[in-house]
Amino acid sequence: MAGVALLVDNITVEFGSFRAIDALSLAVDFGEVRAVIGPNGAGKTTLLDVVSGIAHPKHGRVIFDDTTDVTRSSESDIARAGIRRKFQKPSIFEGLNVHQHIAIGAQGGWRRSLLPGELATRVDEVLEAIGLRDLAQRSAAELGHGQKQWLEIGMVLASNPKVLMLDEPVAGLTDDETERTVALVRGLKRADRAIVIVEHDMDFVEKVADRVTVLHEGRTLFEGSMAHARADERVIDVYLGR
Amino acid sequence: MKPLASDRPFLCLLLIVIAVALLLAGSVFNSAGLSPYLANAIGQLAAFAVLAISLDLIWGYLGILSLGHGLFFGIGGYVVAMYLLKHSYEVTGRVPDFMQFMGWTELPFYWAGFGFFPYALLVAVVVTLLVSGVFGYVSFRSRVGGVYFAIITQALVYVAMLLMYRNDTGFGGNNGMTGFTVAFGWPVGSGGVVIIMAAVSVLVLGLTLLSCRFLMASRFGVMIVAAGDDEVRLRTLGYDTLRLKLAVWCLSAVIAAVAGMLYVPQVGIINPRLLAPELSLEIAVWVAIGGRGNLIGAVIGAVLVNAIKFWLSAAAPELWPFILSGLIVLIVLVFPNGLIDLAKMKLVRPMGVKRIAAETPELH
Repeated sequence: MAGVALLVDNITVEFGSFRAIDALSLAVDFGEVRAVIGPNGAGKTTLLDVVSGIAHPKHGRVIFDDTTDVTRSSESDIARAGIRRKFQKPSIFEGLNVHQHIAIGAQGGWRRSLLPGELATRVDEVLEAIGLRDLAQRSAAELGHGQKQWLEIGMVLASNPKVLMLDEPVAGLTDDETERTVALVRGLKRADRAIVIVEHDMDFVEKVADRVTVLHEGRTLFEGSMAHARADERVIDVYLGR
Repeated sequence: MKPLASDRPFLCLLLIVIAVALLLAGSVFNSAGLSPYLANAIGQLAAFAVLAISLDLIWGYLGILSLGHGLFFGIGGYVVAMYLLKHSYEVTGRVPDFMQFMGWTELPFYWAGFGFFPYALLVAVVVTLLVSGVFGYVSFRSRVGGVYFAIITQALVYVAMLLMYRNDTGFGGNNGMTGFTVAFGWPVGSGGVVIIMAAVSVLVLGLTLLSCRFLMASRFGVMIVAAGDDEVRLRTLGYDTLRLKLAVWCLSAVIAAVAGMLYVPQVGIINPRLLAPELSLEIAVWVAIGGRGNLIGAVIGAVLVNAIKFWLSAAAPELWPFILSGLIVLIVLVFPNGLIDLAKMKLVRPMGVKRIAAETPELH
């Protein structure tokens, strides 16, 4: 599948008098892993909030899969359309076990999309992919920080989303866990899927991202490969440092 | 949630409830059994326990605090009082007190049919669903939650109280409704009937416990827990939470109304004080004391606080509010999650934290 998975078209988001995103446009293709980087307050998480329907833009549109306008859709409609997102702070259900999380993610809505047998197979696949199969019956509250991050990734990828957005997937992880996450994210790359990653760990970004978009004060400062970003004067000035 | 067969604390509680119901049933025709006075106290406690379960569903599991559940309790109470009065009027021909006060010669037209209990039951459920449904839909749709929702529910029950204080509404006004003489054709005051009402209350408590347990173990229950933990996360996984919240809210309201229908015949009176903010606040206290998000906790909290209240209000009439408040503050300080913490301590302490850690080597 070729074409634009996610088109953010001239979006402006304001919180009171503060302009978090300023006439931002961005296009992410199917098959691509795109990293969105930039200093704190650049509007990275707000961008994901707009796409997932949590924040509403003042102007602009979000187009999914070339045709569907999701700008005014509800969070659950957007999720069911095939856009799923992991939050910055691991957001899991402390009262449920690991298996239940993946099952909730795999069904992906009140109307059951999978038959019981299909569901069991899918949950098993996802548990294998995120390396939590042995902990399937364990309460999510008992997991370590890294395991919670993987659990949430598993929950959002279980429904086979077309657009997968990961907000800081390796924040607070050990080097070893970061390596495992690199392998996990690489394994998620598919021709009919776009992956958007917001991350501050530049080594991680370099390993997984095809292209990077650098945001600064709600605008695009740079778009291109990570190697070029590292060499770009403006990016160095506002974010990477010398 | 553990399967029912291995959930020993729950089975214990259920067994106690069934035993009490059987004991009450056995005392109906046996003067050596429980006295009507004691039975009546047990019956009231059971009604309060059902009320606590209703709040626990919406607050404990879904995290939506209602400080106005007295409204639904009151709806159930008023409707059952209307049944009792109309039925008594039909059997004895004695005009209800509130009609005499108002100088009316016949009951208002909307009292028609209330002498027929199934109709009264239907009215109670429909009115409760209407009030809770409209209010819940408007609130949840505009994403009103947390403390704002709690305050609005408190205002709602207060408005209902002011409305019921009016004497011209045909619901008894500030005197309320009392003088119930006949229920289902039997004299209300006799010891046997008092004990039967208590037994029915305890039975309903058992049924409520069991059905809520099944509900929470179902797929729907899993979703309730998920929405209570992180509603935004659940929405962004494709689940619209409006319907879920509305369903649990309405179910909780209906259970509260059922509790009211059990309570009022046993105390023999209903007046607008039942709709005062105090009762609605107290329900939250019972659940907090017992342990929210746990059916056993809600029952323990309601029974314990009210049993102490019954006892103290007789033993130390001047002091009981202070003793009770002191106890509540103490419990909340020592057990932030309510008395249910006691059970966890007992489980963890003897085995030791180390052994638990050793059983779970993969965790760090």
